[in-house]
Amino acid sequence: MDFTVAYNAAHEALPYMLGGVVWTVGLIVGAMLLGLLLGVPLAVLHVYGPWPVRRAVSVYVWLFRGIPILVQMYIFYFGLLSWLSGMPLFSGLGLDSPFVAAVLVLGLTSSAYQSQIFRGAIQSLPAGQLKAARALGMTDPQAIRAVILPQALRLAIPAWSNEYSILLKDSALAFTIGVVEIMARMRAIASTTHEPVSMTFLAGIIFFALTWVGVKALSLLENRVRIAGYTRQGAA
Amino acid sequence: MSAESLIPPVLEARTLGKTLGGNRVLDAVSLALPKGCVKVLIGPSGAGKSTLLQCLNFLIPPDSGTILLEGREVNGKSRRELCALRQQVGMIFQDFNLFDHLSALENVRVALMKVKGMSKLDAGELALAELARVGLADKAALYPANLSGGQKQRVAIARALAMDPKVMLLDEPTSALDPELIGEVLAVIRDLAQNGMTMIVATHQISFSASLADEFLFMEKGRVIESGSPTELLRRDSGSRTLAFCAKISELSGEADEMGAESLI
Amino acid sequence: MSTTYLEFLRAELVPGLMEGLWTSIVVIVPSAALGVLIGVLAGVLRVYGPRPVQRLTEAYVSLFRGTPLVVQVFFWYFALPYISLGGHSIVLDAIPASILAFGLCSGAYQSEYIRGGLNSIKRGQIRAALALGMTTRQAVQSVVLPQAFRRALPGCGNEIIYLIKYSSLASIITVGELTGTATTIAKNSWRNIEVFCTLGVYYLTLVTLATWLLHLAEDAMSVPGFERHKS
Ligand SMILES: Nc1ncnc2c1ncn2[C@@H]1O[C@H](COP(=O)(O)OP(=O)(O)OP(=O)(O)O)[C@@H](O)[C@H]1O
Ligand SMILES: [Mg+2]
Repeated sequence: MDFTVAYNAAHEALPYMLGGVVWTVGLIVGAMLLGLLLGVPLAVLHVYGPWPVRRAVSVYVWLFRGIPILVQMYIFYFGLLSWLSGMPLFSGLGLDSPFVAAVLVLGLTSSAYQSQIFRGAIQSLPAGQLKAARALGMTDPQAIRAVILPQALRLAIPAWSNEYSILLKDSALAFTIGVVEIMARMRAIASTTHEPVSMTFLAGIIFFALTWVGVKALSLLENRVRIAGYTRQGAA
Repeated sequence: MSAESLIPPVLEARTLGKTLGGNRVLDAVSLALPKGCVKVLIGPSGAGKSTLLQCLNFLIPPDSGTILLEGREVNGKSRRELCALRQQVGMIFQDFNLFDHLSALENVRVALMKVKGMSKLDAGELALAELARVGLADKAALYPANLSGGQKQRVAIARALAMDPKVMLLDEPTSALDPELIGEVLAVIRDLAQNGMTMIVATHQISFSASLADEFLFMEKGRVIESGSPTELLRRDSGSRTLAFCAKISELSGEADEMGAESLI
Repeated sequence: MSTTYLEFLRAELVPGLMEGLWTSIVVIVPSAALGVLIGVLAGVLRVYGPRPVQRLTEAYVSLFRGTPLVVQVFFWYFALPYISLGGHSIVLDAIPASILAFGLCSGAYQSEYIRGGLNSIKRGQIRAALALGMTTRQAVQSVVLPQAFRRALPGCGNEIIYLIKYSSLASIITVGELTGTATTIAKNSWRNIEVFCTLGVYYLTLVTLATWLLHLAEDAMSVPGFERHKS
């Protein structure tokens, strides 16, 4: 192996590979937000809902945690979404785009995991919190919004940063359905340049850097919203 | 020469020294525990009481000095001698240290089987007897997570007693306990003392230990700076450091009345 | 469509997927074993190893946890043959390459749980064992390991469940396991939804079965203070 050749190849490929970062970041941001948007209500329903609803949430979580991301990508992209976009009602919505399919898959799966995270956080709060809010005359939805969620979401941030790094790694699977993120570009360049070693290292470094940046950013967020004396241990 | 000085003490420490992280934690401490005597170790936090007790069975190896068990020097380098020493020296910890994955019975039984090589049946029988002795026969099947603090400490005592030790080292056996649970553990310790067990106890329970102890050892900054019988040291006009210290902690813990009575002796 | 789903299922899908299932198992079982083996080794070294060894294992763990598994799979299968040392290079077939990739990656995650289990043991537990006259070996055997094992079991078991799901990545490097077989059937039949949803059911069954087994194991080992956290 010639290191100069490898280095030059990596150097040349860098701009193209970095172009993939936009797609990767797009996937993660989309998926995390979708996961948050669905995960919070799912968690609340899982804790406070009547039993059929709780059961339904459990099934949802079981489904998305039990099927591999890769298989979900195939189900959504080659199956459901291409079928839906063939129907007149949904045509022109861009449902047949690989990016949309990937965000949906990553986001729905993430919502299942995030709902578990938030549920754990809600359940770790002392029971007195809800009682105190009720004693002040709040309705349960009011209490959940004003008292429970602000605490639970703070507690969940560390787990959220773990969720981020999982999503980042899973997002690399979007290449299988044609999203031109980092992994897709790495594969393409590796086969044209016959330099798979330097290209995998390059991709590895980029993913590594993204993990680091994201985890740092989330820990900044955690510090920012921290309330003095309020820690996971303190609440448990 | 009195007769008993011809019999070597059960456990003796000569000029123990220990430095930890640059601190002289033990500074040439010597002590002897003749058979059947009860000594009480008191002193401010950080004085080195725990360190001293753990040096006595080499859980913390001393830097210098010697330990003698029944007059024979223990070689701290020999693993066999260490295990033999520790079998004969029972230790009780402030935070119990029951084995969390074993039931009360199994806690008492495990060392009998592993260390003494007893059969499961014999070990179980003995373990049950020891649990009965501390009043916990009915809790044999419970796990530490389901025992109260006082019960945990009594199981720990049963576990140590089952090894049939010649001497017991107790390091603040009641300071991790809620006030209402202290009594049950003290009762077991009193029972031991009255049955002639040789013991050294680090404790802050002044009035309790004054009624049991043959000797008080007052430690400060790694040294034993005063020693004597409790009556002597706690006499109101003794002017001892021990008296001053005991008065202070008794006041804090609301033991003042009892103290006043005893210090009038 | 010429045949109904049920006919298609019976005639093509099930026979095909059964073969794929066998290949999946051939990939999953050795990778899980390799992962646990590496995980225990790395976990123990991270806690009890000398400083430089600790550093080295930390580096291994963050490297393999910090990059996507699919990149690692790609590396072992496509890139490794390009690395030649003294004119020799290693070419791995698809199945050994996936087992190596899964095992190494899984081992990095497993070591986290092993380390956590070992670190969760309070110092006092070992002290108490020594104070009773046990040798270090006896203390490790009858106190440290039983406790660490119970603490690490849920995490390690979960990691194996993840491995079952991520074994689908082997299809990317041409292994004909469940997902690979399904892709082939889908290409030939054009019945994507049916094929991939059925495939999903296979994984759901595997994962549910493994979860149930794990819970059985946890309950069998459970003692008060070491219970399984109900989820
Ligand atoms: N590993 C260590 N490194 C440095 N210093 C230590 C270490 N262990 C103990 N010390 C110091 O040794 C001194 C004696 O500690 P020791 O635990 O023996 O005190 P103690 O008399 O038992 O106090 P307490 O009443 O609080 O239990 C303390 O000042 C402590 O800070
Ligand atoms: Mg102490």
